[in-house]
Amino acid sequence: MRILVLATHDQNRLLADNARIIGAAKKLGGEIDMLVVGHNVRDVAKNASKLEGVNKILLLDDKLFSRPFAQLITPLLVQLADNYSHIITSSNSVGRNIFPRLAAKLDLMPITDVIKIHSINCFDRPIYAGNAIETVKNEQAKTILTIRASEFEKVGQEKEGEGEGEGEGKIENIKIPKLAINTSFIEEYRTKSDSPDLTTASIVVAGGRAIGSKENFALVKKLAKKLNAAIGATRAAVDLGYAPNDWQIGQTGKVIAPKLYIAIGISGALQHIAGISGAKKIVAINDDIDAPMVKIADYSLIGDLNEILPDLISRLKQK
Amino acid sequence: MKILVALKRVVDHNVRIRVKEDGSGVETENVRHSMNPFCKHAVEAAVQIKEQNKAKEIIAISIGPIEAKDVLLNALAMGCDRAILLKTEKEQKIEPLAVAKLLKIIVQQEKPDLVFLGKQAIDDDANQTGQMLAGLLDWPQGTFSSKIELEENRVNVTREVDFGRAKISMPIPAVITADLRLNVPRKTALPMIIKAKKKPINIMEAKDFNVDLQNRLIVERISEPPKREGGKILNNVQELANIINELEAEK
Repeated sequence: MRILVLATHDQNRLLADNARIIGAAKKLGGEIDMLVVGHNVRDVAKNASKLEGVNKILLLDDKLFSRPFAQLITPLLVQLADNYSHIITSSNSVGRNIFPRLAAKLDLMPITDVIKIHSINCFDRPIYAGNAIETVKNEQAKTILTIRASEFEKVGQEKEGEGEGEGEGKIENIKIPKLAINTSFIEEYRTKSDSPDLTTASIVVAGGRAIGSKENFALVKKLAKKLNAAIGATRAAVDLGYAPNDWQIGQTGKVIAPKLYIAIGISGALQHIAGISGAKKIVAINDDIDAPMVKIADYSLIGDLNEILPDLISRLKQK
Repeated sequence: MKILVALKRVVDHNVRIRVKEDGSGVETENVRHSMNPFCKHAVEAAVQIKEQNKAKEIIAISIGPIEAKDVLLNALAMGCDRAILLKTEKEQKIEPLAVAKLLKIIVQQEKPDLVFLGKQAIDDDANQTGQMLAGLLDWPQGTFSSKIELEENRVNVTREVDFGRAKISMPIPAVITADLRLNVPRKTALPMIIKAKKKPINIMEAKDFNVDLQNRLIVERISEPPKREGGKILNNVQELANIINELEAEK
């Protein structure tokens, strides 16, 4: 069996997910190739080639692919599909957009959001916002998966000189099929933040509706900065304008699995809990002792957020 | 402009679901059902376009048991003009691939300019059908949309993505899937529902469409996720600071 992993990147850097997706691919066993497609992405390909366990990198570097449009990447993957038994990628916003389209083109049912690999054809995925786990077996000709990166261990980097043809030598340029696209990119709104990536951070600090205002949310950010933590928010906090949409954690937002999750003023709606079930330890700061979040947190402090937060920040050790 | 909105009847989002002890599934008998929340945003988006006189007709379609008529009625009350139900057997589960194939046939018959769907359904959380339909039709796709703007023969979609938002421009026809910040779906009052009862719902059998409805994936079991037990209530901020300092040192 051979596995093709679609690498996800922002044209400059390989996303942190990829090391975990390779970790998941290694659980399947077999030879792992990675497809890097984009524009001016030779460095991305080089970094991908250093991931432990990657056999070779298929590189397609072309201006046409300066955005990861599903309409372009799907036919490319269809063309490569013959050589592979498994085609997998991260269940991030790129993978979720492309892979169902790819599966339909191959007349296959994909398995999206895989959280556990039992065998080469048996997988767990969450349903009902994580309130049930579905174990599915695939007996189709090929297996198309999107993987929830936070649920898998990342692989390391290969050391210099290890393995055959490390780095550049592993990269194989592939030919571009005849493709065109009538969809165009207009603009993007990137949230500027120097905090760590939410989905792979080891500490996440998040705020909910009870934070009360955009100004008060600054306290959440301050705490996150002190702990070098990623910042998250609930859907309510995003809808109220306290935080940008890409900070949303939950069934429809990001799924996290940090070692420590600090939930501030978050009541704990089912849809939010769906995004944090992988957290090792949960600490809740809340003014309501009956909040569902307090019921599942390992430690809770009950009281006024506006008093607790500045006090807490001053008592924490500087990193 | 003609818009087709596909929607799904699911267990209501306020219901705390129960996993059956024998691992065969989730209890859906005698449980409140309603329109999938994401689909409501798709319906609202279509209705708003019609209210701006930019669309002539909105057709709502659902694939599901006869009870799915209720969610179609809800869509008609929100402002759709007519509805189509592709009826399935009561407990029959139809996978996204088969749903996309059925929708493709209806699209070819009805020839809409745009197809709107919710980005995912809150029961199987698959997030697949819209992308699959777009693929089968060879149409462009604008998934996870938080804004839709119509232009001459084109549609601009702002998509919610991991780094923030990205705005794209697609030619029409296109498939668009709705995210939760796209709009605020209107509530349907009783008079609207009574009025909607006069609108046509065309009921056909899903099995009559020459699409293989057999499931491709074998569901081995449905199980409960591991339970989290609540822990300690702390007395003061210093205790909390000590715990965070300790946990941080461990990592």
